[in-house]
Amino acid sequence: MAILVGRETRVICQGMTGRAATFHVRRMLNYGTRIVAGVTPGKGGSRHLDLPVFDTVAEAVTATGANASLVFVPPDRAAAAMIEATRAGVPLVVCVTERVPLIDMVRVRQELDGSRTRLVGPNSQGVLAPGVAQLGVMATTSARKGGIGIVSRSASLTSEIVAQVTRAGLGQSTTVGVGGDPVHGLTLAQCVELFEGDGETEGVILIGEIGGSDEEQAAEAIARLRPRKPIVALVAGRHAPRLRRMGHAGAFTSAHAGSADRKIEALRSAGVLIAPNAHNIGELMREALRSARH
Amino acid sequence: MDLHEFQAKELLERFGVNIPGGRVVESAADAHRGAEGLGGQRFVVKAQIRAGDRADHGGIRFADSPRAAALEAGALLGRRIITPQTPESGVLVKWVYVEEAVADARLLYAAVVLDRVSGRPLALASAHGGSDIEDRAERDPAIVQSIPLTIRPDGANGDFAGLAARIGLDGAALASAAQLLRQLAAAFVALDASLIEVNPLALTAGGKLIALDAKLSIDDNALFRHADLRALRDYMERDENDPVELEAQQHQINYIRMAGDIGVLVNGAGLALATLDMVCDAGGRPANFMDIRTTATSLDIARGFKLILDNPAVRSILVNVHGGGMQPCDTIAEGIGIALRRCPAQHPGHVPIVISMAGNHAEFARTVLHNTGVPYIAGSTPWDAAQKAVAYAKREAPSWLSSLVARRA
Repeated sequence: MAILVGRETRVICQGMTGRAATFHVRRMLNYGTRIVAGVTPGKGGSRHLDLPVFDTVAEAVTATGANASLVFVPPDRAAAAMIEATRAGVPLVVCVTERVPLIDMVRVRQELDGSRTRLVGPNSQGVLAPGVAQLGVMATTSARKGGIGIVSRSASLTSEIVAQVTRAGLGQSTTVGVGGDPVHGLTLAQCVELFEGDGETEGVILIGEIGGSDEEQAAEAIARLRPRKPIVALVAGRHAPRLRRMGHAGAFTSAHAGSADRKIEALRSAGVLIAPNAHNIGELMREALRSARH
Repeated sequence: MDLHEFQAKELLERFGVNIPGGRVVESAADAHRGAEGLGGQRFVVKAQIRAGDRADHGGIRFADSPRAAALEAGALLGRRIITPQTPESGVLVKWVYVEEAVADARLLYAAVVLDRVSGRPLALASAHGGSDIEDRAERDPAIVQSIPLTIRPDGANGDFAGLAARIGLDGAALASAAQLLRQLAAAFVALDASLIEVNPLALTAGGKLIALDAKLSIDDNALFRHADLRALRDYMERDENDPVELEAQQHQINYIRMAGDIGVLVNGAGLALATLDMVCDAGGRPANFMDIRTTATSLDIARGFKLILDNPAVRSILVNVHGGGMQPCDTIAEGIGIALRRCPAQHPGHVPIVISMAGNHAEFARTVLHNTGVPYIAGSTPWDAAQKAVAYAKREAPSWLSSLVARRA
């Protein structure tokens, strides 16, 4: 078992007839992902990549029994697409679109409250369960099936860590990108919880970075959860250039950019193993698993 | 996009927010005329820089006559102002805002900001406005109160009167504060703001609320639906931003100059941050942050690489790429090849290049580098590459590579 996706996952792609989506849906099909239909308003009734295309998510779900949607819609319409999938009751929505306006994401989050939908993203590379399903745009060449769950805010850094984990002789149960935007769906904390409850996952790697407070929230959740599985974390950006700040409001809410040191301290005191640097995470995880077994 | 005070006030006024009369000027003579035009006895002369804490760092002056206003404006224009919220070198003052002074007022604070945890906007208010509000709130967090907002098709809703009551207002002041907060919330949604802050917010003896200062940041991702603000951004960027960083932006690259001597090119922001950390941990100093976005073409990447080659401080270059689905390694290799082909052999930018490539099309990218004659040192992993780039930057003369390049040419 992986988290979020499995062999029973049947995927529709919103915006499948677009150029980038066509390219990536073909990759996902080749990977073995069960993509069952596309949704593009106005193109209902046609076929694309030898799959049926529907005008609406609701029609596509009724016709195909899909239980996941991959949103590949440009930023100006991405929120509407996520809201449509949520209202259609799709249990898992993954949005890879970059640059979705903030206010639109606030509307999406309001729609998600009390719904049965779990959103991953936006601005996420997606979810990959090696050997099972790929819902996203990530590199798959170095991924191997195994017992390490990886959750991160950044796509290219995740690929690098996946390669390290594979080199260390371990594989991945699932890799999840929660997305780099300030307002997004699934959080690092929720993902850690899912990995803790997953039978296949033996250890978790959490890849954070400066800004926001996702890592601090994850640290709180971990302290509360006291997971049995070892968790290794990296927080990138200890030496990032300083950026300009506007006004004081940031200091009164969680909106302010959390420093790497604060995040590292929060995670460390929650019992997380801190990787001093991005280059030795695979080895660190292998060591952590070895000592956890003894 | 961060706006200047005078721009923020003009926009907020459209939502009903009261602002003092003011004129934005570029010269002392205009400041004189502007103050005369405003009338009144007392003026505030304010440096227009897009950062806070101006008052405590000489950016805000008071004047008792148009003549005095002109003198103060002349003193501010062309000066650099440094505050805890600016870069260390400060910000150049190109515009000054001359405003009517507001007398005998209590100073409050109001803001609307996005809360990342709840994914909602919050309205904030305090009865203790002024530039020291952050320090005071640190000692006593209760002085700043907040309420969550819900976005509706027609704006944003929240218990604005309740928030005004919680900071101790009552009667007419409570009603005006609730109205002001509602106006700020409406502006937040309609303008696609990521921050609105009115500090200080004057409460006059007559119970009127006037925004003495205003900070407004617009969500860049939403500029596609605000043609006017986009035009403003394009103008301000040309006028005020670092031309090198701006050129990078136009080529799908996030670039920030830093003080070191190792040029860094990475795809993806997270990997770029991690790469800076690796360079520093290996004992080196990065010359820049560079994140190649997935939408960049090889020609964009060539322009980005040229920015590194043209930086005279650079003594070695580290390329750390993990090819993903959107952007395979060979696109980046091609971009580097193009940049070097365009770069004359005698160019001082020919310094050792250390490259680590992994992920999609990494092997093919090495072939591209070979075929385009890019001389480079291979890093087996990003860490290995970072260590090598640091070692090369520390060497006295990187001339061995220049001669190699000259031979090839």
